[in-house]
Amino acid sequence: MSAIIIFTAIGLAQLMLTIAMGITCVRMLYGPRAQDRILGLDTLYVNAMLLLMTFGIGTGKTVYFEASLVIGLLSFVASTALAKFLMRGEVIE
Amino acid sequence: MIYLAADIPIWAAILIACFVLVGAGLALIGAIGFLRLPTFYERIHAPTLSTSLGTGGIVVASILFFSMAGDRLIAHQVLIGVFITVTTPVTFMLLARAALHRDRFENSPHVPPRESHIES
Repeated sequence: MSAIIIFTAIGLAQLMLTIAMGITCVRMLYGPRAQDRILGLDTLYVNAMLLLMTFGIGTGKTVYFEASLVIGLLSFVASTALAKFLMRGEVIE
Repeated sequence: MIYLAADIPIWAAILIACFVLVGAGLALIGAIGFLRLPTFYERIHAPTLSTSLGTGGIVVASILFFSMAGDRLIAHQVLIGVFITVTTPVTFMLLARAALHRDRFENSPHVPPRESHIES
């Protein structure tokens, strides 16, 4: 019974997160300016991280935790470097 | 090691389902707002839904699941929550300042002019 409840909720949550990733991809592809695309990339990273955490709950393996932690780290580095590039025109001065 | 969902009691399963659905729903609402809001300075508010309460809900659900299925406290998912909470404002403030810099550089009429006594 509890497995049915959890798997139903996990399935719905994965569906919602996948739709969110699709919407973010639309904004990232058609964003009017560069900052919209960078914000879309950051949101896409966060949604992918949440999707991997729901995969971890659904399968019961702790491997997905490390993957989502790495995705979170890369999201910060990528978005900060891209914002710095927009600000200055180069990443390392 | 694989934790089984059948090992946990029903009240914990309902609680985990609620937290997961709230987290994913807030992520979806944030994405919809990110698509629909008109200007960039309004759009930058929407993804903070998924980075604050969306991440929080799914992290709490994950901690509850692994703790109830493993019969001990497993709370390493707190790392993800703390890390996202610390790094997201840094990223978004850098991005908003870069966007403001670009808009002022192009003399856009929609942004306020630079005030010299506030920022150099």
